[in-house]
Amino acid sequence: MDFSFTEEQTLLRNSVSKFLTDNYSFDTRRKIAKSEAGWRPENWKRFAELGLLAAPLPEEFGGIGGGPVETLIVMEEFGRALVIEPFAQTVVIGGTFLGDASKELKDEWLPKIAGGETVIAFAFAEPQGRYNLADLTTTAKKQGSGYVLNGNKAVVIGAPWADQLIVTARTAGGQRDEKGVTVFLVDKKSKGITTRDYPTIDGLRASEVTFENVEVPASRVIGTADDGLKLVEKVTDTAIAAHAAEATGAMKVLLDATVEYTKTRKQFGVPIGKFQVLQHRMVDMFMNHEQSVSITYMATLKLGDSEAERKKAASAAKVQIGRAGRFIGQNAVQLHGGMGMTEELNVGHYFKRLTMIDTLYGNVDHHLKRYSSLS
Amino acid sequence: MDISFSPQEEAFRKEVRGFIADNLPKDLKGRARRDMQTREDFIAWHKILYKKGWVAAAWPKEYGGTGWNITQRYIFNEECAAGETPMLLPFGLAMVGPVIYTYGNEEQKKKYLPRILSGEDWWCQGYSEPGAGSDLASVKTRAAREGDHYIVNGQKTWTTLAQFADWIFCLVRTDSSAKNQEGISFLLIDMKTPGITIKPIIVLGGVHEVNEVFFDNVKVPAENRIGEENKGWTYAKFLLVHERSGIAGVARSKKAIERLRLMGAAETVDGTPLVETGEFARKIAELEIDLSALEFTELRTLAQESRGHSAGPESSILKIKGTEIQQRITELTLEAAGYYGFPDQHDFNDNEYPVGREYAVGQAGHYLNMRKASIYGGSNEIQRNIIAKAVLGL
Repeated sequence: MDFSFTEEQTLLRNSVSKFLTDNYSFDTRRKIAKSEAGWRPENWKRFAELGLLAAPLPEEFGGIGGGPVETLIVMEEFGRALVIEPFAQTVVIGGTFLGDASKELKDEWLPKIAGGETVIAFAFAEPQGRYNLADLTTTAKKQGSGYVLNGNKAVVIGAPWADQLIVTARTAGGQRDEKGVTVFLVDKKSKGITTRDYPTIDGLRASEVTFENVEVPASRVIGTADDGLKLVEKVTDTAIAAHAAEATGAMKVLLDATVEYTKTRKQFGVPIGKFQVLQHRMVDMFMNHEQSVSITYMATLKLGDSEAERKKAASAAKVQIGRAGRFIGQNAVQLHGGMGMTEELNVGHYFKRLTMIDTLYGNVDHHLKRYSSLS
Repeated sequence: MDISFSPQEEAFRKEVRGFIADNLPKDLKGRARRDMQTREDFIAWHKILYKKGWVAAAWPKEYGGTGWNITQRYIFNEECAAGETPMLLPFGLAMVGPVIYTYGNEEQKKKYLPRILSGEDWWCQGYSEPGAGSDLASVKTRAAREGDHYIVNGQKTWTTLAQFADWIFCLVRTDSSAKNQEGISFLLIDMKTPGITIKPIIVLGGVHEVNEVFFDNVKVPAENRIGEENKGWTYAKFLLVHERSGIAGVARSKKAIERLRLMGAAETVDGTPLVETGEFARKIAELEIDLSALEFTELRTLAQESRGHSAGPESSILKIKGTEIQQRITELTLEAAGYYGFPDQHDFNDNEYPVGREYAVGQAGHYLNMRKASIYGGSNEIQRNIIAKAVLGL
């Protein structure tokens, strides 16, 4: 039994942490979110130079040969700084999908991901589908040697910055059938794609994406045609573990900020941290964070286990993270009083991010149900 | 014990319902539903009710109130919520108005009350300060007597909608040697007086609802003081109890649950309406049960009041449970919105085409913004302290 990080992993954490301390203050983050582009391509370049984008990718394709633990480290630090740039979408989701793609796609795209030369967004959700990854009305019909895509994708996080979209579409079967799902790597500049871009509550950007007779060559199918759902689930479980790590980073900042604040804020002549009712609340916040860290480790370490084990662990993590994020977020605001309600203070922004992470890839109810269906 | 309504009361309900249906402009209703009312919306609805003579439901008739009994007021509130009218802002009608007609002199009554009624004056509340939140009695804003004036210096914060206000009622320290709750006076200050500056505070949903208000040698006529000098805490406390009894928001919560059900019927999980799925149905049921209990707690309080007992510390229950329920509703509404909770549409207006379904617009912002409810008006922790001390004697 060993929960320690290797020397390389500790170095990775230190270098991410140092970069963010020097370059990603809360004030800078606010400026980035409010800028017209909504992100900083030069940060992306720096991430590539620091080797962050290559960290979890295989060595033979330009990666450093790490894995889920490297992702956990980067995401946890990114969560502490509320990093906006789309590491999860491009490296975790894009990298995992493409790691299971054809030799040609791997050769072309994995080095580009590692080198920071591409940005990927994952277009999976649909207005009617809620959290069911198989509920698809977007269709891809065979035409000649390729496919033609039609449909709408909802709330595609990071799409305004992406040059490539990974799209789930139905190539066979009924609207919610497990069989008949195919995954495509689609060039965002393809004819027939229109987007409506907008900011999200947590300071990111997203798009509604419409596909109208978009032609995609068969070589851009990721994995097996008509049988992509298993891969989609593996990727989203991997993304859940990554966002869980991000959430634990955000929770820790809120916990520390709250404890610190209650030591200095005085009411009735004493620091409010002296009131037992608030002490117990903060102890509960502390325990919620610890439990979240634990379950994030579990979900991360089980990503390579059997499908059933992996799914259960990811759903368990999503439930814990959702609940803990809500508890810690709400109470961090509550204990900061009116200050916690302001846009000016960082607390509310962590709360917003945790709120959105709770929804991403299915909320607590969805994953409770998924977990019970697996046990 | 009897909770049925008399035929007269039913007729009254019909009358109110009909009036709202005929007089509430449609666009006001939409913005009220999204919690995105403009200054003009608040004023427009206020004036509609004023013209009808219904704006001050709780005031005595002699001051221009309706003279309605508690049941009528209850019915009126229910119908306003059901009709999704904008709120009547409490600062003039429910807060300073009752203080003025209870503790003010004749001149003050004559000067201020008609203008509160007509909506001519917009009031805001100068209670909280950076160092005086839950511990309200530790106000530091000073008012020094100079002849027939006070010179006011200091700062108020979290002042709701001060950017639109004509007047502010303030707790100020007039005797710095006195203990906390003594030495405070209750002053009415014209917001146009030189030396007052307002700085906006933007809150989590991205809205400008609260402000910092700074006083720099602001000259206030002594005749603007309510009651006696250094006895302001008495009036402040009276007002706080008033603030609390309206805070339960039962009728509005009922309507919000109704809207949540509609949303849950439109959203689907694998083709089944969300509202029919076990988990979600259970959560709505729990909310409704808690709200029913609260409704009857409020009715019991009201009945007691109508027999002449003033609302006591028990009204803290209404604040705590009322705001907890409001927060759970916004939480569940955001849950129902699914991925369409993500888009930031806080500046959405009716001429736009929304991202996602229209009922999801603004719900994330509303959820975030409603976190204020367990903080304002005496935080819920403070309310529990009040019950522990004043009711349980601990």
